[in-house]
Amino acid sequence: MTTALPAPPASPGSGALTASGKQPRQLDPGHERSDRYFFAGARAIGLSVLVVTGAIAVFLGYQGIPTLHHYGLHFLTTTQWDPEIDKIGIAAVLVGTIEVALVAMAVAFPLAVMFALFITDYAPRRLKSWLISAIDLMAAVPSIIYGLWGFFLLQPHAINLSRWLSQHFGWFPLFHVDTDPNAAVWQQSRYTSSAFIAGLAVSMMAIPLACAVIRAVFDQAPAGEREAAMALGATRWGVARKVVLPFGKGGIIGGSMLALGRALGETAAVLIIISPAYEIKPRILEAGTQTTSALIAGNFGSATKAQLTALLAAGFVLFLMTLAVNTVAATIIARSRSGAGTDI
Amino acid sequence: MTLTADAPVAPPTVPAPRSAGALSPSRLDAVEVSAWFGDNLVLEDVSLSMPAATVTALIGPSGCGKSTFLRILNRMHEAIPGAALAGEVHLDGADIYAPGRRVTDTRKRIGMVFQKPNPFPAMSIADNVLAGLSLTGRKVGRDERAELIETSLVRAGLWAEVKDRLDDPGGALSGGQQQRLCIARALAVRPAVLLMDEPCSALDPTSTRRIEETIEELRRDVTIVIVTHNMHQAARVSQQAAFFLAEQGTPGGIVEAGPTARLFGDPVDPRTADYVNGRFG
Repeated sequence: MTTALPAPPASPGSGALTASGKQPRQLDPGHERSDRYFFAGARAIGLSVLVVTGAIAVFLGYQGIPTLHHYGLHFLTTTQWDPEIDKIGIAAVLVGTIEVALVAMAVAFPLAVMFALFITDYAPRRLKSWLISAIDLMAAVPSIIYGLWGFFLLQPHAINLSRWLSQHFGWFPLFHVDTDPNAAVWQQSRYTSSAFIAGLAVSMMAIPLACAVIRAVFDQAPAGEREAAMALGATRWGVARKVVLPFGKGGIIGGSMLALGRALGETAAVLIIISPAYEIKPRILEAGTQTTSALIAGNFGSATKAQLTALLAAGFVLFLMTLAVNTVAATIIARSRSGAGTDI
Repeated sequence: MTLTADAPVAPPTVPAPRSAGALSPSRLDAVEVSAWFGDNLVLEDVSLSMPAATVTALIGPSGCGKSTFLRILNRMHEAIPGAALAGEVHLDGADIYAPGRRVTDTRKRIGMVFQKPNPFPAMSIADNVLAGLSLTGRKVGRDERAELIETSLVRAGLWAEVKDRLDDPGGALSGGQQQRLCIARALAVRPAVLLMDEPCSALDPTSTRRIEETIEELRRDVTIVIVTHNMHQAARVSQQAAFFLAEQGTPGGIVEAGPTARLFGDPVDPRTADYVNGRFG
């Protein structure tokens, strides 16, 4: 810089150089060239993510317009999916999607929290890194494998649990199955291919996702507070209850919702396990349900042009749902990190 | 090397009868304590008696093992991965490391205040004080609860400042207040010994003075062991003192221990004289 040094800023009442109408100076940090390239590159990559996401939304919305135009709000309230008689709607499909996702979360949530707590607070140090790898490996298994596992290995056993649940809690609509659960020769096929079994398979994919986020947040629980609790005579469970869990609340909610977003969109495993049924039913143990993503995957191959736009409109609704869930999750996680006065 | 502090300058008060609210300070004796971090021997053969109802100051330059020694006294040392120790620590004659002795029981009787104030930031001031009880599953009635909160905060010298806002979060207090809240929290479980690891090093002079006054008042009911870098503070608050030193490449140990007045006024070892007179460290 060749310009002369600026006059030192006058403190109030100290000088007559700048009497009034003071303005903050424009500061120029004088970027290095390498910094400028880095900024430009990083900004381009960051923007491209937004552009891609936006483009998907626009594409789905645009493709779905004819359908939404043709069926109007009935598209959201009709349960059938019968292109032949021109009755198309995603009411049943949305309910099925949510049922499968909720079953998955009901199983994944407690397991993910307990597993994360075990890794951060109970596991011996040497075991810890192995457990983390194992969980990461779980996330790396392709979903089609979980689907096959669910269909061939899990389902034959899980139907016994389904039957037991309907025997004992069948009075509750959720666990009711339209068959006699106490029959000597029970109708096994009434219990297979249900939202419950699909949810169990999906939970295997939700666990590692939720667990990874929750564990990362638990690990950040302030060492000072952990020590404070220990020095007061707390057991490990006491430390977990009073320090780790309250601190990790945001991570637990955020991680679970990320997993929920995943569970809502899971396709391959669900497609393998369920048998399609287009009716709104709360009976999660009973055979037959349908989810949005499985609907799309199962039908787009043989779809006509009109049916394709209907499928894309369904995809658009799913996209909005997962986007909403993930946005809420991201907001909660971001807020929890700031932690109220955890550091002094 | 066995260095035992002489008789305390101030005679311990007669233990009060053990009613619900009574406290009785205990005597703490470290016998030939050594400590390792991994393969690194950081403390060797340290023996020290910490008489009941007395403030014992541990002084010495950084890295001489005084904090490690302090953490050994309430079994917090073993919480650090890779930490190991040898020797015995007797609380009223019973080894706290004896097999079958629960670590949680030991920590309930030997409280600790840390260098950095660490209240539970999201808990209210009142809940912070009672945290030790809820953590150890002890139930208290409504009246007892209010009384315990008040007496603990009074003893920690914080009551007057917070009595009108007990429901505010503990994290909203100033650093000095947070540290006194931590002292109140430690006192609420009625420990026999209170360990303090440089409790004032993160605080301003006014807060430091308040905490020193608190220590002076607590001394009658609780045995106190305090690590400090501040020679003046050691001289002001303690009756006994031990000078720790880790010379180049050797593990830390006690050079000299005894009544504070003698250690500062007429040290036997020249290294102690150099340190207390500010010639090194």
